[in-house]
Amino acid sequence: MEPIERHTIAVLVDNEAGVLARVTGLFSGRGYNIESLTVAEVDAESAISRITVVTSGTPMIIEQIKAQLDRLVPVHHISDLTDGGASVERELALVKVRGSGNKRVEALRVADIFRARAIDSTKNSFVFEISGSTAKLNAFINLMGPLGLVEISRTGAVAIARGAKGI
Amino acid sequence: MANRKLSGSDIVIQCLVDAGVDTVFGYPGGAVLPIYDALFKQNRLKHVLVRQEGGAVHMAEGYARSTGKLGVVLVTSGPGATNAVTGLTDALMDSIPVLCLTGQVPTHLIGNDAFQEADTTGITRPCTKHNYLVKDVCSLAKVMNEAMYVAQAGRPGPVVIDLPKDVLINETSYDRAKKPYAIHKTYRPRKKGDQSQIKEAVELIANAKRPLFYCGGGVINSGPRGSKLLAEFVHMTGYPITLTLMGLGAFPAKDEKFLGMVGMHGTYEANMAMHDCDVMINIGARFDDRVTGLISEFSPGSKKIHVDIDPSSINKNVAVDIPIIGDCASVLYDMIKEWGGLQPCRDAKACAAWWSKIEKWRKRDCLRYNSSKELIKPQYALERLQILTENRDTYITTEVGQHQMWAAQFLKFNRPNHWMTSGGLGTMGYGFPAAIGVQIAHPKATVIDVAGEASFLMNIQEMSTAMQYRLPVKVFILNNEYMGMVRQWQELLYGGRYSESYTDSLPDFVKLAESYGAVGLRATKPSEVDDVIEEMLNNERFTVADIAIDKSENCFPMIPSGAPHNEMLLGPEDEAEKPVSEEGMVLV
Repeated sequence: MEPIERHTIAVLVDNEAGVLARVTGLFSGRGYNIESLTVAEVDAESAISRITVVTSGTPMIIEQIKAQLDRLVPVHHISDLTDGGASVERELALVKVRGSGNKRVEALRVADIFRARAIDSTKNSFVFEISGSTAKLNAFINLMGPLGLVEISRTGAVAIARGAKGI
Repeated sequence: MANRKLSGSDIVIQCLVDAGVDTVFGYPGGAVLPIYDALFKQNRLKHVLVRQEGGAVHMAEGYARSTGKLGVVLVTSGPGATNAVTGLTDALMDSIPVLCLTGQVPTHLIGNDAFQEADTTGITRPCTKHNYLVKDVCSLAKVMNEAMYVAQAGRPGPVVIDLPKDVLINETSYDRAKKPYAIHKTYRPRKKGDQSQIKEAVELIANAKRPLFYCGGGVINSGPRGSKLLAEFVHMTGYPITLTLMGLGAFPAKDEKFLGMVGMHGTYEANMAMHDCDVMINIGARFDDRVTGLISEFSPGSKKIHVDIDPSSINKNVAVDIPIIGDCASVLYDMIKEWGGLQPCRDAKACAAWWSKIEKWRKRDCLRYNSSKELIKPQYALERLQILTENRDTYITTEVGQHQMWAAQFLKFNRPNHWMTSGGLGTMGYGFPAAIGVQIAHPKATVIDVAGEASFLMNIQEMSTAMQYRLPVKVFILNNEYMGMVRQWQELLYGGRYSESYTDSLPDFVKLAESYGAVGLRATKPSEVDDVIEEMLNNERFTVADIAIDKSENCFPMIPSGAPHNEMLLGPEDEAEKPVSEEGMVLV
C-alpha cells in the first residue's frame, strides 16, 4: 500500500451558484476525504473565490483529486501547496470557556502562552480568538478542556505559498 | 438581424439554429410550453416527439454518436427532468455530447415545492459535465452558446440548462454571435500533446518487442480523422491492435492486425496479448475495470503509454509510464510525424516471434460455439446478420447484456460511428431509442437494434415514436426469455439459483409490432433465420424480429471477475475447473 499523505490544495473558482456543491459533491461522490474546507470570495471584481481544501490520500488519489477538480468548468486554477514548495498555513478558532476562580485565571494564563486573545468576557466566561497551525489549535483546545471549555468554532485551514510569486 | 427583441424561447431556438442544430428530441409539459409554442411557429428546427423523456436522451445519444454532432433534448420540469437522468448519466459515462434543456418553474416559485418542481441542477450536477440555471433572460444566449461549447469541447459530455418559465417568456435584445464561440475563460482543454512526451513514446514504440495498441472511444470522439490516422500508424508500425467495446469501428475489424475486442468478453488473443505485451499503446481508452480484470495482475510486464484528452483519466486505475494529454487525432498525427521513415517492426525478429505467438492464440478460435440444427444459437443469428448486412450502410445499436457482448464479438465494424452501445453505464433500454436517433440522422441507412427481450421492454414505449416518424428501424431480438447475463452470473457464481432472472409474461412481439402497424417477424429454427433477416432488411418499415434463441447459451470467452487476463474461460467446459475467488464475488 502506498502511504497516505495530507495535502492542502487551493482552488480558484468562479463565485457562482452551486460551485461549492460541485466541489464537495466531487469529493463525496468519488469517496475522497475532506479534512477541512474554507471558502470566501477573494476578488470581488472578477467574482473569484478561493477554496482551501485539506485532504488526504495516496499519491495516486491526490493526483486524481487535483485532476478531477481541474476539469470542473468553473475552476480557474489548482495549486497543491503541499507539493509546490514551502507554504504557510493558518487556522482561526473562537473558543468559549466558562469558569471562575483559579480555573478562570489558569485559562487566561494558557491563552497568554498561546497568544490567544480574549475578545469577549463576562463575569464567568471568555471567548478566545486563536490562530495558528491546526496542531497548535488542537493543543490549545485540549488544554481548555478541563478549564471549562463550552464551545468551539473553527475555520479550517487557509494557506498560501511563501515567497513573492502569486498563484 | 442585430438587436431584435426576442423572447427567451425564441432565443433558445435561435441559438440552436445558429449552432447548426437541426433536430431536437423532446416531450412537452407545463414549464416548457413557451418553447413548444415557439417551435410551432418555425420550421428550421425539427422536433421528434418521444414517449418518455428517458428515450429522448438515448435518441440524442444515438444521433450524436452516429454523426459526431451535438444531440439536443428538450424536456419539462420535475418528472421530465428526472426521467432524463439515466440518459444523462449514460452520456457522461460514454463521453457523448448532449445538450439537455429542462423546463423549470418560474424563478419566483423556485424553492417553494411548486407543482412539477425539482432541484434539477442539484439532481443533475453529478451526472452532467456541467449544468446551468438561467435566472435572467439577458444571460440566456451566452449560457446557450457556452453550454454547447462545453458539451463538445475536450472530452464530450452532457450539459443541462435549466430554464425557468418566466425566463422563456421574458424578452431581450438578441444579437447573433458572429463567431461560433469565443474562448472560454476557464474551460480550455488541451488538444495538442507534449512534443517531448510524444518523442519519448515513439522511441518506446519503435523499440518494442511485444507491442500492442489498445484503443478506445477517444479515437472515435476525435473524429473520422482520428480513425484514419490510427489505421495509418498501426500499418506504419506493423503492430497488433485491440479495441475496447467503445472503440469498435475505430480500426477496421476486417484488418488482419485487429485482434478483436479486449476485456471481460473480449477475444482470447486480445486479452493474452494485453497480458504479455511489453509496450502497451493506449490511445483514447480509460483502463476500465471491464478491460483490466484483476488490476494487480494487469499486464504486469509492460511499459504503458496513455493518450487521453482528459487528464483525470491518466493514472486513475493504472499507473502509466508515458502519459500524453491531448486529442487522439492530434497526438496520432504528431506520432506519425515523429515515426517518420522508420520501418515497420524495427526489431523484426522479436516482432515476428510476437506475431507467431499471437497466431497461436488466434488458433484457439475462442469465439467458436457448438452449432445446432434445432436451436438457434445467438452467435449463429448474428453471424447471419453480419453476412446479410455486409453490403449495406448499416448502423448497429444494442441494449445491454449477453446479446450486447455477442454483437460486439460477432458483428464486424470497419468504420467509426456505426456502433452505438451503452458501455460505461450499461443501460438496459438504451439501444432502441438510440436506434431511432440514428435513423433520424441517417434516414436512408439500415439501423438495427440488436436487443434482448428484457432490455427492449425497458423502452418499448418508443415503438410509437418509430411509427409516428415512419422510421424503418429494425429491432433484432435475441429472445431467450431470460435476463441472460444475470442468469449467466447466477449460473457461474450463485449455484444456478436463478433468482428473478426469468422474464415471465412476455408479449407476443409479432402481434405487438402489428398492433402498432409495424412488421413483426419470428424465427424459431435455424433454417428460418436467413428468411427473417432478409425480410426484415428488405422492407422499408419499422420491423421487430423476434429470434427465439437457445435459452441456455452463455457468453464466452469470459474473464471471471477477479481474474487476470490470462485466466479466461473459453467455454462451458471451463466453468467447473476454475471457481471464482471470493475477491471476485464482490466485484460486479
